[in-house]
Amino acid sequence: MAPPAVVARGLTKRFGDLTAVDGIDVTVAAGETFAFLGANGAGKTSAMRMIATVSPVTDGELSVLGLDPHHDGQVIRSRLGVVPQEDNLDLELTVRENLLVYGLYHGLPRTVIAHRIDDLLAFAQLEDKADAEVDALSGGMKRRLTIARALINEPDLVILDEPTTGLDPQARHVLWDRLHELRSRGVTLLLTTHYMDEAEQLADRLVVMDHGRIIAEGSPTDLIVEHVTREVLEVRFGTARQAESSDRLVALDLPEVESVEQLAERAIVYTRDAEATLDALGDHGLVPRGHLTRRATLEDVFLRLTGRQLVD
Amino acid sequence: MSAPTTTPRSVASPLRTTPLALLGAGRAHTLMYRNFLSARTHPMVFFGGFFEPVLYLFSLGVGLGALAPDIALGDGTTVSYVQFVAPAMLASSAMNGAVTEATFNIFFKLKFGKLYDAMLATPMTPMDVAVGEIGWSQARGAAYSAGFLVIMLAMGLTSGWTWPLALLATALIGLAFGAVGMAATTFMTSWKDFDLVQLVILPMFLFSGTLYPLSVYPGWLQVVARLSPLYHGTVLVRGLVLGQVTWSMLGNVAVLVVMAAVGLVVARRRLSTLLLT
Repeated sequence: MAPPAVVARGLTKRFGDLTAVDGIDVTVAAGETFAFLGANGAGKTSAMRMIATVSPVTDGELSVLGLDPHHDGQVIRSRLGVVPQEDNLDLELTVRENLLVYGLYHGLPRTVIAHRIDDLLAFAQLEDKADAEVDALSGGMKRRLTIARALINEPDLVILDEPTTGLDPQARHVLWDRLHELRSRGVTLLLTTHYMDEAEQLADRLVVMDHGRIIAEGSPTDLIVEHVTREVLEVRFGTARQAESSDRLVALDLPEVESVEQLAERAIVYTRDAEATLDALGDHGLVPRGHLTRRATLEDVFLRLTGRQLVD
Repeated sequence: MSAPTTTPRSVASPLRTTPLALLGAGRAHTLMYRNFLSARTHPMVFFGGFFEPVLYLFSLGVGLGALAPDIALGDGTTVSYVQFVAPAMLASSAMNGAVTEATFNIFFKLKFGKLYDAMLATPMTPMDVAVGEIGWSQARGAAYSAGFLVIMLAMGLTSGWTWPLALLATALIGLAFGAVGMAATTFMTSWKDFDLVQLVILPMFLFSGTLYPLSVYPGWLQVVARLSPLYHGTVLVRGLVLGQVTWSMLGNVAVLVVMAAVGLVVARRRLSTLLLT
């Protein structure tokens, strides 16, 4: 067994008075795909930067690939692939040159780099663009190139900070596909995201971060089971009747209903059986103007845990 | 479980005992290569820096020089005005090339291209980045200098046999100004701050014994002019180009070496502060 990819104990990052990461404990096993979920400013990026050894640890313990970031930062970085939140490709160079110089920054011999570039261009589906200027690529292509670049040193751990933010649905799915392939090769993936479907799609395990702390941890399915019900019924009664009707809904205290979240324009009913609940509402004369029955998602978990207030 | 590797893993390459490796900048050359690739596709950027001193030479040296009397050097020999001005243009062009590269280009990479963030995510260190960029700006300055020196040779503006050493002197000037320029750039927050660069560079160009000997000034003003690093560069290059080498030139060398060292240390520290937060 390889050592865990990341072990953090009481890991803390402070910028002056601001505590960005507030004593988190995380263990990421080798080969695992692990996600940090959280709103903007929850501390995900700060945690990732410490793990990537480009940000000094303020307090607590951290080991990456079994090594100490403070003393062995250079060795750790030689075994990491980093995909930052914003693409920082070299816009003055071509696609191929971007991969080449990155391999050189890693201290790899040119023959090895040349061999890998061909593989990576195929992996990133950029063979046709090998000699194009990076500036001319689409957002999805740039993202794939950034990922390809992160793989030039055949890393043991790949860190992806919001890998699909800003991409259109097609590009997101292509990218997920690529990440699944990496996963099946046994590469450890560590990603942050605020897309719940992304975490559900990709992550074996995840933590939910809020205000620098971890507030929940587990597999996507575990978290859904633990914090919400399997099914969800959303009902709308129209602006005028909404408040009164959802009060009545709560008062009914239906047996299969676990909890009800009352919002201005709709009520979200966490229930073991959405269809039965809808029928029961009809029986009690509470016919909604519109409804939606669906499977519970991580998004429900997330909103329950972190609340619906807008975080800025 | 670990990743199946198709080729043998090459971890951080073992430290080679080169002077750069001892500085902690064993990979600085990869950044210089990156800059070379970029320059190869954008060659036009280079020409301006070459023509500037040539234009000055022909307007001030040849043009104005037709009206100016010969100029007496320290040892009593006299040279024509164009002979006096040409080495100063050589020194200034080395300064300009390095300063342009170390300020505008580095500022862009630092603030907008996020290029250094990408580099520091690899085993590259801030020292690699500082040495690589300063080395490149110095190389660019040296290329201009070599071109200009060829023109001076063709016009018969050199005397004695020490003129090839002027290339080394211009490399030192480039190193000193490149290092300080990069250090200064790390403190800049917007493009407006570049007006300050011009505010320093232009008076330096005008008052460093470039266009006339410092002896035309009263004593106290001569002392002020000697504070200008370009003065020391000019004295050095002029001495070598005209075959008038003195021991005091070691002092001029020392000033530029100190400047380069201080600039390098400050630039490296500032890169860490800015990027590794």
